[in-house]
Amino acid sequence: MKNRAWFFLIPTLFLVSISAFIPLMTVINYSIHYIFAGSMPTFVGLENYAEVLADPAFRGALGRQLVLSTLILAVEIPLGIAIALALPRKGWQMALCLVLLGIPLLIPFNVVGIIWRLFTQSDIGPLPELLAMFGYNFNVALDAFDAPATIFLLDVWHWTPLAALLSFAGLQAIPDAYYQAAEIDGASAWKTFRYVTLPKLKPVLILAVLLRFMDSFKIYAEPLLLTGGGPGSSTTFLSLHVARKAQSYDLGYAGAVSIIYLFIVIVFCYLFFQIITHLGKGEEG
Amino acid sequence: MRKRSIALIVYFVLLFIPIYWMVITSLKTDNEILKELTFFPKEITFKHYMEIFTSEVWRNSFINSLTYVFLNVIMTLVAAIPGAYAFSRWNFRGSHHLFFWLLTNRMAPAAVFMIPFTELYYILHIYDTVWAVALAHCLINIPLAIWILEGFMSGIPREIDETAFIDGYSFPRFFRKIFLPLIGPGIGVTAFFCFTFSWVELILAQALTVTNAKPVVVTLTVGIGAEGVKWGLLAAAGFLTIIPGAVVVYFVRNYMAKGFALGRV
Repeated sequence: MKNRAWFFLIPTLFLVSISAFIPLMTVINYSIHYIFAGSMPTFVGLENYAEVLADPAFRGALGRQLVLSTLILAVEIPLGIAIALALPRKGWQMALCLVLLGIPLLIPFNVVGIIWRLFTQSDIGPLPELLAMFGYNFNVALDAFDAPATIFLLDVWHWTPLAALLSFAGLQAIPDAYYQAAEIDGASAWKTFRYVTLPKLKPVLILAVLLRFMDSFKIYAEPLLLTGGGPGSSTTFLSLHVARKAQSYDLGYAGAVSIIYLFIVIVFCYLFFQIITHLGKGEEG
Repeated sequence: MRKRSIALIVYFVLLFIPIYWMVITSLKTDNEILKELTFFPKEITFKHYMEIFTSEVWRNSFINSLTYVFLNVIMTLVAAIPGAYAFSRWNFRGSHHLFFWLLTNRMAPAAVFMIPFTELYYILHIYDTVWAVALAHCLINIPLAIWILEGFMSGIPREIDETAFIDGYSFPRFFRKIFLPLIGPGIGVTAFFCFTFSWVELILAQALTVTNAKPVVVTLTVGIGAEGVKWGLLAAAGFLTIIPGAVVVYFVRNYMAKGFALGRV
């Protein structure tokens, strides 16, 4: 009977092997070779990894990436839950809100970059003008704080709706009986949220956190279009760093960065997944 | 309650200001865009839209994008529905690890896969076709689809399967007549997310196409060319890329609501 499960998984495994497994093996293969545009690859073992880890450009990109992803999670998930709680729970208002929330998600990454360039560029966008009224001299192209701050704002703008939609789905799945019981027990609004809503939202929040973490680690087109990774390297996040190396045909280095990168994301997601699934066990009811 | 609705309205206004800015930019003349900030175009022009509609490159790239997104959604669902069924119904050796491992594929930065994909799809003779992009996007969509569908399927009691078998339903008949309709909203939600992620993806779409299958997201970046940025044209094209998605959302809105009401996603 159990072998039947594998039978059902054949299409998945087939597609995943050509869209993920084989390419990944190729990348691992690159990472242990010295390859440079067209020359014959030579086996170098872990040398590429050592080179990456010692590279200040990589460390800088990783550091910026960690700060960005942490901020994104810290803001988008709570904000998403708050929005989900405020959404109407039925009728046309709900449908309208879902459609409105869905729209930013459907904007291609590079169009998001373009929108924000139109919005924040000095001399064509309203944001610098607005901030100038408050005496702040905003310049996304030249200021090493404004540029990453804009990327952060852009990401919150683009992806908070995802957290909101997922949280809303979770909220909708909580039976009313739980709230009635909490009300009868005289639980405060906060306690109801803490002991009824939050534990019940756990499965969707796990998905939201995992998706936001791994996707924020992949941020690429937005900084590329907004500032091209600059000024300096203030918006060169990991993906941009990898892509640059790969495009300059430094395949060994690019492969090694990629594997390290993947390792970091998997370890974080795995730990998070394990901790959160075991942690809340007692609270679920 | 009132305070909540006001906060919500403020949020939606903020959410749509950048989009509004893009829309009005697309209707302004190039001169007006560069000369001054106006919050409503002084002189409405459809010049940028005309430029897009009359260009074969733009038209083809819209068609290419829609084609590979469509192919990808179909492929993803065909693979993910049975896959998710396996995960939701059986606890086989290594199933938990496999389930998590699937998601790890989504974690890889797309930039990593550019070159291996190019090599692989050359060998398969599908480089620079919509099939290459559709297949490549399975990387990001299959894991997500399985995770979402598994949630919906686990919400359906196993007793339903068992009762159906006792009633003499064959497996395919049970699947088609009973199970699929039950998880219909879940499939709708999954299809929506797959559509979204395939429609917005840029890196792989760019790496795997040259001319024949060039998608609209790539044509868009071409607008940022050497002869200065054509802001009006970019804004118009950007706005057009939102429309197919908005149409999809409009049609699945009730499904979305129902799906969201039903599943734990």
